[in-house]
Amino acid sequence: MSFLTDNREGIQHLLMGNEAIARGALEAGVNVASGYPGTPSSEIIETLARVSGERNLYVEWSTNEKVALEVAAAASFAKLRSLCAMKQVGMNVASDFLLHLALCGTRGGMVVVTCDDPGALSSSNEGESRHFARMFEIPLLEPGDFQEAKNMAKWAFELSEEIRNVVIVRSVTRVSHASGNVKLGRLSQTQRHAEFKYDDDALETYEGPAESTPVGHKHTLQQEKIKKVAEIFEESPFNTYHGPEKPELLIITSSVCNLYTKEAINLLGVEERVGLLKLGTTWPLPPKLLKRYLSTTDKIMIVEEVLPFLEENIKILAAEQAKEIGAKTFYGKNDGSIPSVGELNPDLVVLALSKILSTGYMAMPSEYKKRFQDSSFVVVPDRGRTFCPGCPHRASFWSIHNALQMDNRKGFVCGDIGCYAMGRLSCGFNTTKTLHAMGSGTGLASGFGKLAKFGMDQPVLAVCGDSTFFHAVMPALVNAVHHNSNITLVVLDNSGTAMTGFQPHPGLTVNAMGEEAPAIDIAKVCEAMGAVVEIRDPFDLEGTRNTLNRLIEKEEGVKVFILRQGCALSPEKRHAKEYDMRIDEALCLGEDCGCNRLCTRIFQCPGLIWDREKNRAMIDEVLCVGCGVCSSICPAEAIKKEEVA
Amino acid sequence: MGKTQLSKDPYNMVVTGVGGQGNVMASRVLSNMLIRNGYYVTVGETFGASQRGGSVMSHIRVSAQSVWSPQIPKGRADLIVSLEPVEAIRVLEIYGNQKVKTLTNTRPIYPVGVISGELDYPSIEEIKASVKNLSPTAWFIDATDQAIKLGNPVLGNIIMIGAMSGMGELPLYREDFKEVILDSLPEGNLNVNLKAFDIGASMLRKQDGAVFDVS
Ligand code: SF4
Ligand code: SF4
Repeated sequence: MSFLTDNREGIQHLLMGNEAIARGALEAGVNVASGYPGTPSSEIIETLARVSGERNLYVEWSTNEKVALEVAAAASFAKLRSLCAMKQVGMNVASDFLLHLALCGTRGGMVVVTCDDPGALSSSNEGESRHFARMFEIPLLEPGDFQEAKNMAKWAFELSEEIRNVVIVRSVTRVSHASGNVKLGRLSQTQRHAEFKYDDDALETYEGPAESTPVGHKHTLQQEKIKKVAEIFEESPFNTYHGPEKPELLIITSSVCNLYTKEAINLLGVEERVGLLKLGTTWPLPPKLLKRYLSTTDKIMIVEEVLPFLEENIKILAAEQAKEIGAKTFYGKNDGSIPSVGELNPDLVVLALSKILSTGYMAMPSEYKKRFQDSSFVVVPDRGRTFCPGCPHRASFWSIHNALQMDNRKGFVCGDIGCYAMGRLSCGFNTTKTLHAMGSGTGLASGFGKLAKFGMDQPVLAVCGDSTFFHAVMPALVNAVHHNSNITLVVLDNSGTAMTGFQPHPGLTVNAMGEEAPAIDIAKVCEAMGAVVEIRDPFDLEGTRNTLNRLIEKEEGVKVFILRQGCALSPEKRHAKEYDMRIDEALCLGEDCGCNRLCTRIFQCPGLIWDREKNRAMIDEVLCVGCGVCSSICPAEAIKKEEVA
Repeated sequence: MGKTQLSKDPYNMVVTGVGGQGNVMASRVLSNMLIRNGYYVTVGETFGASQRGGSVMSHIRVSAQSVWSPQIPKGRADLIVSLEPVEAIRVLEIYGNQKVKTLTNTRPIYPVGVISGELDYPSIEEIKASVKNLSPTAWFIDATDQAIKLGNPVLGNIIMIGAMSGMGELPLYREDFKEVILDSLPEGNLNVNLKAFDIGASMLRKQDGAVFDVS
């Protein structure tokens, strides 16, 4: 039985952190859920969307995170329970509204889930979202395992309703995308009626207009709420301690670092020497609880990922209480015991711990390590990331790259966020030269496109995906058109948010709940803005390159070139080969071809490999998806395609 | 049928391969089979960007006690299951030890650097020699080729899961496999999946001794 509908209390399921959060929300009786897809957060909304019918939810993939937060807040203002999920970068996008929301307060329980990505496993930054809680004076919870992810998500709604403000639950990749046993509770049976009451006085936060003003009054109320939260957190079961009464070293940690630290203590066998205080309520910190534990020893280590958030806040508390608890020695990020960059793992915690406790540890015996140096031992080739076989982006970048070469004025492409961020790698022929936030490619291009006055004569291009177009490119494009910036925007329209698993976006005819939805036509939007628009199939390599060269040569204004072709992994395309491919070995000239092995050395589709013995190209029947593109690359016409009957 | 006890607690398993091979699917099926036998199972995965053609790993930890870290400590794998041959070595170099067991699918997927000619891909004989050097119990099977015979290379992962069950190392039973597939796939696919599972199981059951090669 699916964990989403299973109502047997105490039954265990293997749940991904994100699924556990979704389940917790269902147990809390969430009514509305919104978000914008982003690894590692996407499965929360996806999971809730799956049961939107059965559980009578409204679930949407919003245009961007700020809109998502506003949609969720509206539900809260109407006294429903709502959840809004995003990855760490989304918090930056949503933060403008979040600041105002925190001041205004909420009505129905409202929870923001942010999933950080320490180590940037699937991000272009290592952003830290915990600071938003301190900056905006709202409560912060961090689950330390999968069971807690569910329990906390549920309790966060209750806390939000108790204090009438939004609550942040912060997860990380290794919680969100890891799985573990979770004991279920009961699904909520509460029905809520939506009504937005606004007739009371503006100073009354619950039934009056929802506003962040008058600021002085609201800010005072907000600070009273956060003081109350600190009291509530003193008693929270999410803060746990394991270890001796008077440990030699006290470790304070939160989130997945709890599991790493537990493991490290176990690996070193120092259970008798080390105490582990795991905090689940990390803003505001409960001062009395910390005072109690800080008093047990003089040596404190703080284990956390990204910025020293706990470390700094604990140090402030320790300084305030110095008279009673005495001077402490702190180990953590500031003294270099814990690395300041990248994600942690059990070994890094072991390393820090064994130094402080002067114990030895060897992950791998040297006798075993020596075997790697044996002369017969093979060198394992690096495995660079690349576009999937049959990916439309490979074809698109091929044409963009060739068009710029032909144009020969040192033109360049501003990149953006999605699978096509790999346009900067060899699989994208190193075509993109900038990479920042969602929509920044077009914004940067808009700026570059105005530099002719200062002598810049390079053609300026930008790329963006269809989902990114709606998320953040539109305002930048308006800016470029209005200021008559000379740029070409290539929209890589692959009909979905491929990177994160095909969530629908406003350009498609279906919404998150699978209902029919009016699609917004990117071409028409761009035309209405006043851009010149062309559309092509990127699998037509020659046509694409010619059109692009023509657009780049145009002197004035904004040109939009839409390259439309579905993602190779899209549900419609998976298992549907368009062409059977084969190499005509008589025609393939091998290394003598004179093309410098354009097919494999340059184009690099994983489906097309090189048979060294035969000195011929070869199709890998397992990997090739039969898109047919490589056949137009071979100058000797040795790559044959035949339509699948 | 007698139930297999864990030879170690937690029992640490790495399932590795190349993005797009179905690593996550394989680890999900395995973990769901294990949890049906009452164990705590913790799984750590790589998702998203790293899945596009890069090396991927799932860490699966099985315990009668509790959940563990979703990342296995270095040098602490008990079993490495590799859907692609060189990936086995890549993982052994980090998580291997004198006792580690390995199960390797012998079908290579060439990295882009190899396709372009900048890097070399070792021969399957060289790979086998290195794996055996690092892993005293090493199984090799041609799961993908068998799966192609069944009509779909993706079934290679199921053959690998069958093989793991045939190993007898872990409580991985055919009945549980059936239930898990029924839960997660439309009914129509059950038979071919069971067939793939049985092929894998019999490939390993046939073998005894320390180094097995049925590729
Ligand atoms: S998932 Fe789609 S868009 Fe992304 S690399 Fe693969 S084929 Fe290209
Ligand atoms: S047809 Fe060519 S380009 Fe397309 S997937 Fe197959 S090998 Fe790759």
